[in-house]
Amino acid sequence: MRPRQSLLAAVAAASLAFASTASAETFRWAFQGDVQTLDPHGLFETFTLGFQAGIYEGLVIKTREGLAAGELAKPNLATSWEQVDPTTWRFKLREGVKFHNGNDFTAEDVAFSVERIRSEGSDMKVIAGMIKDVNIVDDYTVDLITPNPDPILPIQLEIFYIMDKDWAEENNTATATNVKGGEEGNFANLNANGTGPFMVTERQPGVRTLLKRNPNWWGEMEGNVTEGIFTPIGQDATRVAALISGDVDMAYPIPVQDWDRLESADGVRPLTGPEMRTIFLGFDQERDELLYSSVKGKNPFKDVKVRQAFVHAIDIEAIRKKVMRGSARPAALMVAPQVNGWSETLDDRWPFDLAKAKDLMGQAGYGDGFEVTMDCPNDRYVNDERICQAVASMLAKINVKIDLLAQTKSKYFAKVLAQNDYDTSFFLLGWTPSSYDSYNPLSSLMACRRESLGAFNLGGYCNERVHELTAMVQSESDQAKRQAMIDEAFKIHRDEVGHIPLHQQPLSWGARDNIEVFQRPDNVFDLRYAVVK
Amino acid sequence: MLAFIIRRLLQSILVMLTVGLIAFALFRFVGDPINNMVGQDTSLADRAALRESLGLNDPFLVQYGNYLINAVQGQFGISYQQRRPVADLLVERLPATLELSLVAAVLALLVGVPMGVYTGLRREGFLSKVFLVVSLIGISLPTFLIGILLILVFGVMLQWLPTFGRGEVVDLGGWTTGMLTASGIKALIMPSITLALFQMTLIMRLVRSEMLEVLRTDYIKFARARGLTNRAVNFGHALKNTMVPVITITGLQLGSIIAFAIITESVFQWPGMGLLFIQAINEVDIPVMASYLILIAFFFVTINLIVDLLYYAVDPRLRVDKLVAGGHGS
Repeated sequence: MRPRQSLLAAVAAASLAFASTASAETFRWAFQGDVQTLDPHGLFETFTLGFQAGIYEGLVIKTREGLAAGELAKPNLATSWEQVDPTTWRFKLREGVKFHNGNDFTAEDVAFSVERIRSEGSDMKVIAGMIKDVNIVDDYTVDLITPNPDPILPIQLEIFYIMDKDWAEENNTATATNVKGGEEGNFANLNANGTGPFMVTERQPGVRTLLKRNPNWWGEMEGNVTEGIFTPIGQDATRVAALISGDVDMAYPIPVQDWDRLESADGVRPLTGPEMRTIFLGFDQERDELLYSSVKGKNPFKDVKVRQAFVHAIDIEAIRKKVMRGSARPAALMVAPQVNGWSETLDDRWPFDLAKAKDLMGQAGYGDGFEVTMDCPNDRYVNDERICQAVASMLAKINVKIDLLAQTKSKYFAKVLAQNDYDTSFFLLGWTPSSYDSYNPLSSLMACRRESLGAFNLGGYCNERVHELTAMVQSESDQAKRQAMIDEAFKIHRDEVGHIPLHQQPLSWGARDNIEVFQRPDNVFDLRYAVVK
Repeated sequence: MLAFIIRRLLQSILVMLTVGLIAFALFRFVGDPINNMVGQDTSLADRAALRESLGLNDPFLVQYGNYLINAVQGQFGISYQQRRPVADLLVERLPATLELSLVAAVLALLVGVPMGVYTGLRREGFLSKVFLVVSLIGISLPTFLIGILLILVFGVMLQWLPTFGRGEVVDLGGWTTGMLTASGIKALIMPSITLALFQMTLIMRLVRSEMLEVLRTDYIKFARARGLTNRAVNFGHALKNTMVPVITITGLQLGSIIAFAIITESVFQWPGMGLLFIQAINEVDIPVMASYLILIAFFFVTINLIVDLLYYAVDPRLRVDKLVAGGHGS
């Protein structure tokens, strides 16, 4: 034990010396798109919010250690929180925190930020809907009142960033940046003033954004980056080339097909890990006749046997090996293991069994198969179109002829989502629960399409018990009881093949050899963990 | 003359209006902007409200009409993605595109003309054959591929040039330029070659065939008979006479260079208007797409007008014809 300890001490001393002598560590990274706005309340999108997390901070945070231990909320601007009554969460705020402009962070700013996410341009209204009222107890204590008992409010507040009230009012940006423009609100679109470890020093939308370490940050950073240069690079080939040539230190996403290239090139490596985005297939189970099928007068997908036949016909191992280069994680549930509510015993896939699939099709009266159109995006998920092609060829073996309609995400979503009346018969979709909790997929994907639930339940899967359980899960505070409800709902959904979960896709990043980063399972890159060696 | 200009200007406006009309008619097929503007957890009601408030439920003629009414007042709309006025975005991106296009055009001329002259004079020479084969590649390989190949060779393998971007730029009061810094000039090399290659080939082939034509004419034979040096004949007489169509074509091609910069810009992540347009298509950013298309139409129309006016100035026959025609009419 002793030599190891001294070694550790030596390393610690060395790294301390390093930290103090190394004056500037510049980190350059590229992503396929740009941060759409610097306004922390302007867009509820993973990449934009993840980028803003270096500049603005929320009451709680997901840390590397926390995620490893399954704790989804660790103290950030709040130091502790408790449910003082079923509908009241009390947050103790961190004292001595300053915004980049030097203003003090207080409960006023929290209350103001809640107001701001309610404003017209805000895309954080989902969060606003979780908070009915804000009571300022004192400068560093604030009560958030929820409309219903909400056991998971704190973990959902990670991406609710706090803005300085005085700064916002001075700069006429007290409401969220509005897509419809106008003077009001748009200052925060291009300027930022958070409490976070990095400050924006230059912002050229679509070109590059420069970040600098905030010398007055209250926390201690694990990484050593003092200056960050972010560039969006749209073309995959250019992004990969920029990484290999050393023009950037880290780039993502990297096409799975390019992993070999990164491995064989000098000085760079692919970084992969499990992402918690679940890719799944869905069926139109609502209409009495499918919109795009050879079967007329009835809907084959209303028959559970047909859906089961589809599950048995899909060789997920082949997809994993051939399409995903061995890197996806086959799934039987609609949530990944990182998500609160996942159950190991339930995550047990239906076996690949062609004989059984054919038998089930025969029993359902479709022994000769049928034709159906499949909707698929071709630029949204990792190898999405190839997965659909693989599924089509597998279903051909049970005589189901798939007409594949793969198109760009804007067109795909315009076709299949609610505004176009869920215009699809059979589709592929992916989902990451932004809250890291099972209530999110239950309410968005699996509950019946009513009472503002099931917005992304494109196939109209509807089981009354699952619907009922969804509402119960939302307000149940007892973790064990809540888990039992989630398990029951997931089991029903799985037995009925409400959807066919395929896999969790891999994270696919690339970095230079002297770079270490933390890959969050929701594909968020957190600059504070980046280390330049 | 004035009537001619006014007539052409009116025609120009008609062209731009038509481009706008076609653009708006097509936007319905590009996809739905709303899904790119909100997060996945945004409720259906909020999405519907946003769609309604942006007027996306209106028939395209109404949308186009609203756009025009605002455009006449100098309001080109707000980018759905960047939430900033489109006019600001275009003004910001214009210098990058114009710089790249002009450098590419100059490059195409400086290399294309001598190559054309050489291949015209030495038809059977070995170098001529090489030039012609190379030019065939330039014309047949897609710009995208040429760009990627250049990046691979000079950016990744040799690491001489940056793989993307514009390098350090200097802001000269609203006009950004990369010509004043070493990194800016280095960054300009590969994109401008990529963009110039097609035009270079075109100019070379044009000059070559014009030279071949001119060299057969009588006055060249007379010049030779007078005992003028080869140099005087080839450059003083022959080349001069090939230049008229070359200048016309180059002028007209400048519009295409600006328009086709889209592909080059997207390969090299060159922060110009073309890249802005590509991003706008991906995200169905209708105000940006519409304004860009109309602006490009404006460029084409203007360049055409200037070329027409140059004809007027250069070629006296045009004016004479007009007079004669006018005389007959009255």
